[in-house]
Amino acid sequence: MFGWEFPPHISGGLGTACYGLTRGMASISGLEILFVVPKAYGDEDQSRVRLLGAGDVSLDIRKVKEHQYLQDLSYIEIHSNLLPYTSPEEYEELVNKAEHQGERLVHTSMGGKLSFTGKYGKNLYEEIANYAVVAGEVALKYDFDIIHSHDWLTYPAGIAAKRASGKPLVIHVHATDFDRSGGKVNPTVFEIEKMGMHLADKIIAVSNLTRKTVIEKYGIDPDKVETVYNAVDPLPDHEKLKLKRGINDKVVTFLGRITLQKGPEYFVQAAHKVLQKMDNVRFVMAGSGELLEKMIHWTASLGISDRFHFTGFLKGDDVFRMFSISDVYVMPSVSEPFGISPLEAMQSNVPSIISYQSGVAEILKHAFKVDFWDVDALADAIYGILNYPSLARMFKKYGVQEVNDMKWENSGKKVYDIYREFVK
Amino acid sequence: MRTICFYFQVHQPFRFRRYRFFDIGNDHYYYDDYSNESILQKVAQKCYLPANSLMLNLIRKYDGRFRIAFSISGIAMEQFRLYAPEVLESFRELAGTGHVEFLSETYAHSLSSLKGKEEFSRQVNQHSKLIKEYFGQEPQVFRNTELVYSNEIGAMVTEMGFKAMLTEGAKHVLGWKSPNYLYCNAINPALKLLLKNFKLSDDIAFRFSNQSWSEYPLTTEKFVEWLNQTPDNEEVINLFMDYETFGEHQWKETGIFDFMEALPGTVFRNSPFTFSTPSEVAENLQVVSAVDVPHPISWADEERDLTAWLGNEMQHEAFEKLYALTEKVYKSGDDAIIQDFAYLQVSDHFYYMSTKFFSDGEVHSYFNPYHTPYDAFINYMNILSDFEIQVNAAVQADVDVDIVRLSKIIREKDEQLAKLEKRLADKRPDPANKRVASRKPSTKKNRGTKKGRS
Repeated sequence: MFGWEFPPHISGGLGTACYGLTRGMASISGLEILFVVPKAYGDEDQSRVRLLGAGDVSLDIRKVKEHQYLQDLSYIEIHSNLLPYTSPEEYEELVNKAEHQGERLVHTSMGGKLSFTGKYGKNLYEEIANYAVVAGEVALKYDFDIIHSHDWLTYPAGIAAKRASGKPLVIHVHATDFDRSGGKVNPTVFEIEKMGMHLADKIIAVSNLTRKTVIEKYGIDPDKVETVYNAVDPLPDHEKLKLKRGINDKVVTFLGRITLQKGPEYFVQAAHKVLQKMDNVRFVMAGSGELLEKMIHWTASLGISDRFHFTGFLKGDDVFRMFSISDVYVMPSVSEPFGISPLEAMQSNVPSIISYQSGVAEILKHAFKVDFWDVDALADAIYGILNYPSLARMFKKYGVQEVNDMKWENSGKKVYDIYREFVK
Repeated sequence: MRTICFYFQVHQPFRFRRYRFFDIGNDHYYYDDYSNESILQKVAQKCYLPANSLMLNLIRKYDGRFRIAFSISGIAMEQFRLYAPEVLESFRELAGTGHVEFLSETYAHSLSSLKGKEEFSRQVNQHSKLIKEYFGQEPQVFRNTELVYSNEIGAMVTEMGFKAMLTEGAKHVLGWKSPNYLYCNAINPALKLLLKNFKLSDDIAFRFSNQSWSEYPLTTEKFVEWLNQTPDNEEVINLFMDYETFGEHQWKETGIFDFMEALPGTVFRNSPFTFSTPSEVAENLQVVSAVDVPHPISWADEERDLTAWLGNEMQHEAFEKLYALTEKVYKSGDDAIIQDFAYLQVSDHFYYMSTKFFSDGEVHSYFNPYHTPYDAFINYMNILSDFEIQVNAAVQADVDVDIVRLSKIIREKDEQLAKLEKRLADKRPDPANKRVASRKPSTKKNRGTKKGRS
């Protein structure tokens, strides 16, 4: 498998999904997964996956190959400073900024046959290409039956591996650039995605919504695209994560990147409406992103800053701590291929409101669904859950049940069935 | 004697408009006039008008040997009056034949029978008056909303003076017994019970056009054959169904009207069966036994219970909060409020909140104007919140009016007293001055008692 991130070093749902899927497939006998990420840190979950840190793996392929036979999952590190959700333009800015401050974002302690020099990583496309070169190398050195690439950053790697080995390529679409950009597609990214989809032997989409995008926007034969929904890991020991609530007010939470795709402005508008009718409620926007400052200014100009709080980016246990003091979770995404976070909220007994424009809306019954643009409906749902107690009770009671029935093992099994179409 | 008893339910709810929480306290109009009118007119064209004309022809053709019964909710009657008076006229024409019986039910097609006798009997009386006014009949037989029935409800209905009642021939109640007899209430045997033969009723109402049904297509010959196959000593086949079966649930194209048109002829030709109204069944047949129904049953879903309306916490919260207002509603004496209270009670609103349709199929979702039960609940509760504010304001206003009236009386009495005392003082100039002064406190006391008494 080629994937760009792995927990805890994640910036969104992609890493979580890759991790969950590999765990879900870990119990399948006779299946071994080699997971290749650009950079490993060494503090990743090692209960099922043995991870090799940067210093350990110097792309001595022969050495890594031995590990592969010892482990279900081997893990090759290629040093990287890239964020999967950063657009190339933003990335350039980031790198420039970093250099300006005299920092070196890029390390090149790589040994091995590739010339990952100091310039390496400065350009996103170059990084992707280098990653693909490594993938080609890996394909030659390792023995495997299926190549599985997660999202566009790793499609070239998948293609390279397929060319080198002749093995079937499965690409896994967690998101497309149509979701990320809100319609203003970056032509280069689009080309990479399209090439990956066309050269793939099979495409896995995380929802029917995404499957439709793949078929309609990229012109892919519907027979080649299959939907496998994501799932959610069982809740970590959540009693420990309970935060003592310091206030009597109700808390309504938005948690995600503050970008166009996630619809933060609809959350602000809905908060404004609700606050006109009731005062014992606070709104929390947890996350960071390019629209953060705009949202802060906006809440100030609406005069609701005293009731509207920004936490910055939360990850790991902090997410569950946030949920533990939330009364409602809101995900008003404009375009969400899947959306794991409402599942995590529901696991933590938080009633969730999600947009119909999310893949997870296709499978969730016990979440409140609204169109992302329908601020009135969103505000109404928030007000309803806060004021009519049986509603929250219903969501809690059935929501936890529903989410607990979504298991990565089931998703893993489906992916495995797809593999079996190619490997008898 | 072997007979068939046809009874058709006619009901349409006043659907609510999308009512947001910011409307609470600002906007007191709850209804979606557009969909109410357009749905009613659509159903009138597809069902009520053609079905009524078919029934009228059949009754005339067989000279009264074919006869039927209707129950029309008060809410549906109101909508006919508003949006399709010609439907009401065609029902009056049917009433005029003398072979159509109109049954009693709750005016608002409500579940008030579960909330004690007061509101229940109020609505039943209101409905009976309406039936008398429009069709010139005093209903003798009662049918409760969704055929909801229990021993207690039956006992209340007897006390209200009805001689018979309709309910579901639910398997879990009947056990080995057949619904094809006349039964009676377990508490008061004076109340006779007609039980729906759900198998034969649903063959027409639900399965008629189902092409995957092994008996498809259903012909009148086949149906009459099934009637003949029931044991000879079974006396009545109660075919109870929504009137909207004709043309709405089963479209005209399925041949449902042709089936109905041909049925009486086939019955008379191929079987010993006659047709009777519920009153006639109750009068002509002997009661075979009592039916014990300790927990309420209905004609809905597989379970034949109340879970479609009162199955989850949302439905219970809405139901309890609504009926908690009963006393205040009538205390307000405000006609508009009393009317809204009736519309809020319509059982359909609770049906929309059912989470059963996640598993229990299409019937639920078909009639539901909301995307999800959660949606339906929030909308209802927003409206109920506004209604509660209105009710409280009206009751408060009543108290205010009382206070104004009472203080006016006090003022008048005070003026009178002052006048009288002045006269007294005028009559006895010197010594009286002292007495008046000494009396002043007692004047105040008088004022106090007056207030108390009024």
